[in-house]
Amino acid sequence: MPLDQSFVGRTYPPTAPYQVGREKIREFATAIGATDPAYHDPEAARALGHPDVVAPPTFPVVLTMAASRQIIDDPAIGIDYSRVVHGDQRFAYTRPVVAGDELVCANTIEDISSRGGHDFLTTRTDVTTAAGDPVVAVWSKLVVRGEA
Amino acid sequence: MELPTKTFRITRADLVRYAGASGDFNPIHWSDRFATGVGLPGVIAHGMFTMALVGRAVTEWAGAPDAVVDYGVRFTRPVAVPDDDDGTEVEVTAKVKDTTEEGLTRLDITVKCRGEKVLSQARAVIRTPR
Repeated sequence: MPLDQSFVGRTYPPTAPYQVGREKIREFATAIGATDPAYHDPEAARALGHPDVVAPPTFPVVLTMAASRQIIDDPAIGIDYSRVVHGDQRFAYTRPVVAGDELVCANTIEDISSRGGHDFLTTRTDVTTAAGDPVVAVWSKLVVRGEA
Repeated sequence: MELPTKTFRITRADLVRYAGASGDFNPIHWSDRFATGVGLPGVIAHGMFTMALVGRAVTEWAGAPDAVVDYGVRFTRPVAVPDDDDGTEVEVTAKVKDTTEEGLTRLDITVKCRGEKVLSQARAVIRTPR
């Protein structure tokens, strides 16, 4: 059964604050082979004007993927996660994520459509500081493959 | 303007490390049994791992680790990673689309694995390198 389009515009309560750790950024940067000193060395990051090590551009997925469980596990929508593949991904930055940030994710369902037996669900996650200052907006399109 | 091509090797060990660092433990990225069971050719790379490697290319082109303002991709083909020492390789190329007066540069990016495009609509906006 196709996903119910009346869920477009649905918003979710902000997630509990995520504490961005210096070692987590280093671990993520190492895992993707990113060796720039600003990802690893606070002094190098400070030389660029940041308070602590900078996260690589796709780092926020660590938070947003966890936050997206709100939508994937929402029984009202009824997504079969075993049929989900990742369609699109986008990050629009107000500023880079840095160690020491305390970040909150607020999810919105932006679009639901069906085509060729598949469902497409676009979510926007506004990643802000705990005080509400914008850091990065993250869009994900999930494809729920049809049964055929 | 065409930017210098960058290539990245991906092995199974990279996928395990990325799974741990990112928290994405979907078994299609580490279990051949599971991956083939859902119709894949075998273990495939996390789309977000490929996107992260391309992000490295973008920041290297920008010459700054914090230069990315906007970055988006569409995942069109899986990147199969065989269980051997060589793994596979992705090739990343880009063209400068335009440069704005506000100091931003738009890139159109092409990402291929074994000669086939694995991402489409891959675009980044970076602060224009000085």
